[in-house]
Amino acid sequence: MDEGRLRELYEMMVLIRVFEEETERQYKKARIGGYCHLASGQEAATVGVLEPLSDDDVLFTSYRDHGFALARGVSPEAVMAELFGRCDGCARGRGGSMHLADPDRNYLGGWGIVGGQLPLATGAAFALAQRDEPHAVLVELGEGAVNMGAWHESLNLAGIWELPIVYLVMNNVYGMGTSVDKASAEPEVFRRAAAYRMRGERVDGQDLEGIVGAADELLREARDERRPSVLELMTYRFRGHSVADAGKAYRSEDEIAGWKERDPIPTLAARLGLSDDEVAEVERQMVERVDEAVRFAEDSEFPPVDGLARHVYGDPDSPRQFERMAPGSPFGERELVLEGGGLGHD
Amino acid sequence: MTDTATEQRTAEPEQQEPARDAVITYREALREAMREELERDERVFLVGEEIGVFEGSYKVTAGLFDRFGPKRVREAPISEEGFTGLAVGAAMMGLRPVVEIMTLNFILVAIDQVINHAAKVRYMFGGEVGAPIVIRTPNGAGNQLTAQHSQSFEQWFAHVPGMKVVAPATPADAKGLLKAAIRDDDPVLVVENLVAYKLKGEVPTDPDFTVPIGQAQVLREGSDLTIVAHSYATQRALSVAERLAEDEISAEVVDLRSLRPLDMETVAKSVAKTNRALCVEEGWPSYGTTAELAARIGEASFDDLDAPVGRVGMAEVPMPYSKPLENAALPHEDKVHAAALATLGERPEGGWQRK
Repeated sequence: MDEGRLRELYEMMVLIRVFEEETERQYKKARIGGYCHLASGQEAATVGVLEPLSDDDVLFTSYRDHGFALARGVSPEAVMAELFGRCDGCARGRGGSMHLADPDRNYLGGWGIVGGQLPLATGAAFALAQRDEPHAVLVELGEGAVNMGAWHESLNLAGIWELPIVYLVMNNVYGMGTSVDKASAEPEVFRRAAAYRMRGERVDGQDLEGIVGAADELLREARDERRPSVLELMTYRFRGHSVADAGKAYRSEDEIAGWKERDPIPTLAARLGLSDDEVAEVERQMVERVDEAVRFAEDSEFPPVDGLARHVYGDPDSPRQFERMAPGSPFGERELVLEGGGLGHD
Repeated sequence: MTDTATEQRTAEPEQQEPARDAVITYREALREAMREELERDERVFLVGEEIGVFEGSYKVTAGLFDRFGPKRVREAPISEEGFTGLAVGAAMMGLRPVVEIMTLNFILVAIDQVINHAAKVRYMFGGEVGAPIVIRTPNGAGNQLTAQHSQSFEQWFAHVPGMKVVAPATPADAKGLLKAAIRDDDPVLVVENLVAYKLKGEVPTDPDFTVPIGQAQVLREGSDLTIVAHSYATQRALSVAERLAEDEISAEVVDLRSLRPLDMETVAKSVAKTNRALCVEEGWPSYGTTAELAARIGEASFDDLDAPVGRVGMAEVPMPYSKPLENAALPHEDKVHAAALATLGERPEGGWQRK
């Protein structure tokens, strides 16, 4: 890969790491609420798969989505403001950590039900095929999702209908606290692709260039030949399942330390031959960038409460459809939903 | 119809013959709706099990595969979660999927895609992207289909913000509501009915005909009692009203047509006139549509009511097979009739001396 581009990807990986660390600090200050899943350790996998994804390709992810949003080009400001529940968040404060999205960038969401995004992404690929558009869908899931029915049904449909989609399995070894060996009768997830006569590949998820190459090839096959596939990236989350999990009850210090030796960020820094000063300078810049995002989020307003019901429905006729519901409506519904003017649009 | 549209229509000189109605079945009305919308909008496609060469388990899609081909009428494997979710994703990308679930009972394996995904997407992502999906599926019982194939739990979906639920009781509404659902930008569950498929009635042939979502209809006017129903229960209500009329009781029948939005305006207006309400549904009444109606009527029409709101639904058992047991479980006309009399507060032997 071009060294200049590699350097940019390195900076994005550092940005994601710094962003996640700041997110945890802000969470502990109670400025971020809800579930919050960090992805420190998975930066090469995140940034690597998105590198060959074109602007017209479509991305779906699970709820471990901060890094994906940033790597897809959503600004740190819009992501942090969403985590803060503010107006300027990328989902206007309706989604939070698990539901980042940016349809303008063809990022159709972080989804919170394990495996639930798979049929949706398969449907996006169906739409591309139906319209003969030469693009592909990339859908991310954790290895814990492959034991869900949605995984099987999605891959089967993609197979019989020859849909342009790559199922990206971020195998970080544990679904919450259950290891893939305990959860999956076939723990080598990429092999499951064979059940659908699909290509399945397993790639080192800490090796940025290897990931870019594999993702590029599979995405091309999806776009050009309408061949769906499974890409399994072997990676590791340094932190627990969520900020509420120390991540130590089900894995040893030795195991964690072993993976940290293969931390993708210093690995790539060494590959790029960056000096300690250069490494420190990139980190300083990214800390500054994330601090700006925090300041932006702090200054952004909370969404107005009278817009509570806004975006529940989108059809322009919805306010009229619902206006006859007013007599006998429960306390609060009428004020918020029916008279708040918020059924349809901003 | 908007007031403006009404004005325009009445203002226009009636030069041309108005579009005629055709007498067709509920099943054919649904088919016509899909045919017209497939022709009108190339984004529309159908997906479901056996809807192609098999022509649909209940033959609703008969002929559409031949006419529109395998791309627009997509035969899916037995995989409800997969193809329902696929339709939601396709809708997020701008297509207009119409999903057939063979019967409502089978939607349970896809319910996560409906409730957690289709109904949430627009709100969760701040209004940036929606899921204009239609799911059409029949509820209903009465053919000895037993416990797993005789259910009417459409109100579970009407419980959920983000969903719209319609349940036509007549052929004309079957066509008009399905067309409105396909044109709507939000997810709509269209609840058909197994017994109703063979009902015949007059259906407008005008390709612009739709029935607005969220508007109930008074199917029969009356002054002594309001019977509120939806789906096949509306047909039961109409025949019970006929029977009550023999005893000079004037029952008004309000067909909800939509469960969410629920047209309480029409219900409350009717109750203001009759002072008594009986709510009927095909499904179990506990936590059901009739429960919701009773609560809202109690709130909206407290001062109008002369009697507690009555409710009739299916017996609260899993549907049995044996015919006498099945009949005993159904909210059949005798039960509705008895409940109407109870709500009226008069005993059969006391005569029907209402003013």
